[in-house]
Amino acid sequence: MAEPMGFFTDPTVCIGCKACEVACKQWNQLPALDDERRTMSGDSYDNTRKLDGTHWRHVKFVEQFDEDRRDGRWTMLSDVCKHCVRAGCLEVCPTGAIIRTEFDTVVIQSDACNGCKACLAACPFGVIDINPVSNTAQKCTLCYDRLQAGMEPACSQACPTDSITFGPVRELKERAGRRVVQLHAAGEHRAALYGADDKMLGGLNAFFLLVDKPEVYGLPPDPKMPSRQLVPGTLLTMLGALVVGLVSLLSFRDRRAGEAHRPDGDRS
Amino acid sequence: MYPRAMEDSDCVLVMGSNMAENHPVAFRWPMKAKVEHGAKLIHVDPRFTRTSAMADIYAPLRAGSDIAFLGGLVNFVLSSERWNQDPFFRTFVTTYTNAATIVSPEFRDTEDLDGVFSGLMAYTGDAKEWPFNGFIGEYEASSWQYAGGKTRNRGRIADTQHSGEQQSGTDRKDGERDPGREDGGGPNDEQSRRAVQIAESGPPYDRMVQALVKPPEQRDDTLADPRSVLQIVRRHFARYTPEMVEEVTGCPRDTFLRVAQTLLDNSGAERTSSIAYAVAWTQHTYGVQIISCAALLQLLLGNVGRPGAGVMALRGHASIQGSTDIPTLYHSIHGYMAHPSALKAHASLAEWLAEETQPTGYWAKTPSFMVSYLKSMYGPAATRANDFGYDWHPKIIGDHSHLPMFVAMNEGRVKGMFCIGQNPATSLNAKLERSGLRKLEWLVVKDNFLHETAMFWKTAPEIRAGEVATADIATEVFFFPSSQVAEYDGSFTNTQRLLQWHYKAADPPGDCRSDMYFTYQLGRRLKALYAGSTLPRDQGFINLVWDYESSDPRERQLGEPESEKILKEINGYYSNDTARHIASAEDLADDGSTSCASWIYCGVYPSAAENRSANRQADPPGVRGAHLGWGFAWPSNRRILYNRVSADPQGRPWSERKKYVWWDEAQAKWVGLDVPDFPATKPPTAQAKAGAIGMDAHSGTDAFILKPDGVGWLYVPEGLVDGPLPTHYEPAESVVRNPLYKQQSSPVLKYWKVDGNPLAALADPRFPHVITTYRLTEHYLSGAMSRWLPWLTELQPESFVELSPELAREKGIANLDRVRITSPRASVHAKALVTRRMQPLQIAGRRVHQVGMPFHWGWEGLSTGDAANEMSALVGDPNVSIHEGKAFVCDVQKA
Repeated sequence: MAEPMGFFTDPTVCIGCKACEVACKQWNQLPALDDERRTMSGDSYDNTRKLDGTHWRHVKFVEQFDEDRRDGRWTMLSDVCKHCVRAGCLEVCPTGAIIRTEFDTVVIQSDACNGCKACLAACPFGVIDINPVSNTAQKCTLCYDRLQAGMEPACSQACPTDSITFGPVRELKERAGRRVVQLHAAGEHRAALYGADDKMLGGLNAFFLLVDKPEVYGLPPDPKMPSRQLVPGTLLTMLGALVVGLVSLLSFRDRRAGEAHRPDGDRS
Repeated sequence: MYPRAMEDSDCVLVMGSNMAENHPVAFRWPMKAKVEHGAKLIHVDPRFTRTSAMADIYAPLRAGSDIAFLGGLVNFVLSSERWNQDPFFRTFVTTYTNAATIVSPEFRDTEDLDGVFSGLMAYTGDAKEWPFNGFIGEYEASSWQYAGGKTRNRGRIADTQHSGEQQSGTDRKDGERDPGREDGGGPNDEQSRRAVQIAESGPPYDRMVQALVKPPEQRDDTLADPRSVLQIVRRHFARYTPEMVEEVTGCPRDTFLRVAQTLLDNSGAERTSSIAYAVAWTQHTYGVQIISCAALLQLLLGNVGRPGAGVMALRGHASIQGSTDIPTLYHSIHGYMAHPSALKAHASLAEWLAEETQPTGYWAKTPSFMVSYLKSMYGPAATRANDFGYDWHPKIIGDHSHLPMFVAMNEGRVKGMFCIGQNPATSLNAKLERSGLRKLEWLVVKDNFLHETAMFWKTAPEIRAGEVATADIATEVFFFPSSQVAEYDGSFTNTQRLLQWHYKAADPPGDCRSDMYFTYQLGRRLKALYAGSTLPRDQGFINLVWDYESSDPRERQLGEPESEKILKEINGYYSNDTARHIASAEDLADDGSTSCASWIYCGVYPSAAENRSANRQADPPGVRGAHLGWGFAWPSNRRILYNRVSADPQGRPWSERKKYVWWDEAQAKWVGLDVPDFPATKPPTAQAKAGAIGMDAHSGTDAFILKPDGVGWLYVPEGLVDGPLPTHYEPAESVVRNPLYKQQSSPVLKYWKVDGNPLAALADPRFPHVITTYRLTEHYLSGAMSRWLPWLTELQPESFVELSPELAREKGIANLDRVRITSPRASVHAKALVTRRMQPLQIAGRRVHQVGMPFHWGWEGLSTGDAANEMSALVGDPNVSIHEGKAFVCDVQKA
């Protein structure tokens, strides 16, 4: 295996430009759908709202201002799949569609995914969702196709302030450690890394620097593997697979019936 | 300065700009300075934006009060112990600025005249043929000049009926014209008349330049003379105290003082600070003066011409720098020379040269630049005998910029319009712009999408409201689809004067063509129509050089011209050997032997084999340098202008840390990291030659080579129409009386008094709030390029107005409520975004609410909404006619 590769995301230099979101969607050809995102969320400048099957990067906007504005800050954090060393999604996938690559990243192979959604429940970060175009579970691949060609992932390459850095996880951890020291010296004592050591799910290959409690950024303080409920979980998955199989058969019938009435056939 | 130079800044003040949101890529460099060497980042803005989020200090201020804030900084610096004791500052301002120069005894400051300068009078300068200049008053500015000085103050406003005259017109009534002045009146003084006479005998023009030389200005190097610039500046800004700053801007005093101290602490021999601004400084009735005030502050602090120093003018579009260098501006021709005007002493080439040539400094070469420009226009047809075709060149008859053009359009004075890369149907009192469009006989829109201007005749708000019927609009509208930047070869000139070549990557789809194609083909067709005409007025078109046919058969088939041929014409070539390119502006001649469209671009294409804008050699990481191998920065590939001042008067670096360009005694020349912006072998000890012309009139310390007196101007004796020093005026519409002067707003602002363009009276209770307009990262300008792209529209899907929870509470507005925003011109709807990033301010003893609204929306595209610019007014800066879009008044109510 090649050296583990990952992301270090530093919100203290993130300007919330969302170039990562657009670069990701462009490279991975993820559509903008006619859904809730056609309206404002009203939550600061965050209209993406969450990671899902067509949004593999999501910039969160956190406004923290006192009543009198004497103290205040606006933090942006570009969230992404964490590419956990012990990945719940990979563990529960019944079809083996989710693999660990030679870069130690976690990738869902769309052609082997049956859309059972087991991984959705298994991910403690809520990263994975169904892409309604392919009807399979999708998430950040850490640009596996680009990595194989010796290229940098689209999001980190597009980041103008190096808030997202890509590289060997070992090097990223050194860099992140230096940044924490620097921030502490500058008086930002809340600066701490999230997921940089192996205590959290064996380590997150995409880890973060935070300047507040994880919950403030929508991150679980203590994410857990689903393996504690492995036996019931497996049973549930098998049952689920059965149900999904039946449902897919039915839905194929439905879809054929539907297509007959839909001249533009826009499901593809 | 250029964005990458901000990497070297120890402090970056961003003001009048939301750099992180609107220049995110350039913002990489201040962020690098902050992260890598702890530079302080300061943001001063009415709103807490994504730039503020990155700042060490955020200072709120009321929109439109920038000069009060900057004036406070000037006063703080001049009053500080450090500035008065550190020899660096004293040496810098005495040597490199006009601090020691004595000003005319006739000059009266705003301190003496309650907020106005000497020379104010009623405006009477519109030509009968073009009564659209918009002035309400003007200055006869001859009292502003130096005492017996080198500058050539032309008295009155350029491009109006009486410019060039002295003291005339004061006895005429408004609107009455001076008889016998159809030609602009000719030169107004004996010296100029003599220069014209000499110039009439043709090149060489050195004797003419010599005839224009004025006696040297008076100086007091002790800086104690009450009429010295420094003393005038001290008195002018004395009232800009921290208390006054707080009262006018609403910025808490302690925050202001922290900003001031940080800036001062990070200036000097060892440290440098930069200031970045964008259109939030320009779009005011005193925008030029805000920028001028920043320049004044930076000159005082020694933050000019040095690494990490300067005033960073962030441009709003790709290549908009290029569009002022090779201008789409009405009042200048290539390379910042004055456009021939029917209203100035420009009747002949001799008159133009005598009027526009500065005899001392680098501009003394103006005859070479102008004659070479005319050769680029008319080629072999331009000869010494016909004044190089000067008479064929069009002349302007007034202000032909955006606002007066639309006023004239509404008056039925404009027949047709080419609208290329603009969307006026959603801009600047948009309803008036659309009524102007309806008066056109024809309109050509060339753009990527069928945007609001292309569709104004069918789907505009007044048509949907039934006020206007499509059937009643006679305008014939043509739409030409545009190709995109990756579909043709060409260049960008960006913010830092850097030309970067780009190559075609793919054919454009269908009928899409480049803007170059359109202009080239239009020119060809017009030339065909004019061919054979014997009318004198048509000779310009007949003789126009227009040889850009592509040598690539494939491009020829598409009808696209060859962009290298255009670059060659801009760069210049020799008239008798057209294959030989010009390598430097130094080689341009005033006798027609050289052709060059834009002298500042000379050297970008020094030979057919070398297009320097295509260079892509960056300096290696960790090596201090200016990346001279990357692209080409005009002039002469210099990255930092006036970089002679990065060395002390003796030519030594001010400090090791800020070493940049210095005098090498052994080699007897200037050397350093950049191309020295100074005569290469002129030693620091060189004396100015008395009575000389050009660079000989400058000494070895006269670093500002384009200035006639060789120094940076704290006080501006000529060139501005609204005063030699920045002064705080209220915006044309304001909720408060000017706390600093009796004069409320600029006495010479431009206002077009036409139907549909009313202004609110001072503190009109119907419009109690200040509104500012702006851009978001996710969209671009009027949205014409972004609202059609699904990936961008989902990031900011709807038009909104930002307001504070305090104002929302007062008005009973909840987050995401639909609200109506009303200005004296129009009402628009948007969703409310309630956020503590907005805050009420205490101004002159009362609480003032500000609201903000992005101006990206219109009624076409994937994401639609009302245009914020429906509400703005036709009111503008007297120097440059930009509108005041950053500060006006409004009301907000729940819809």
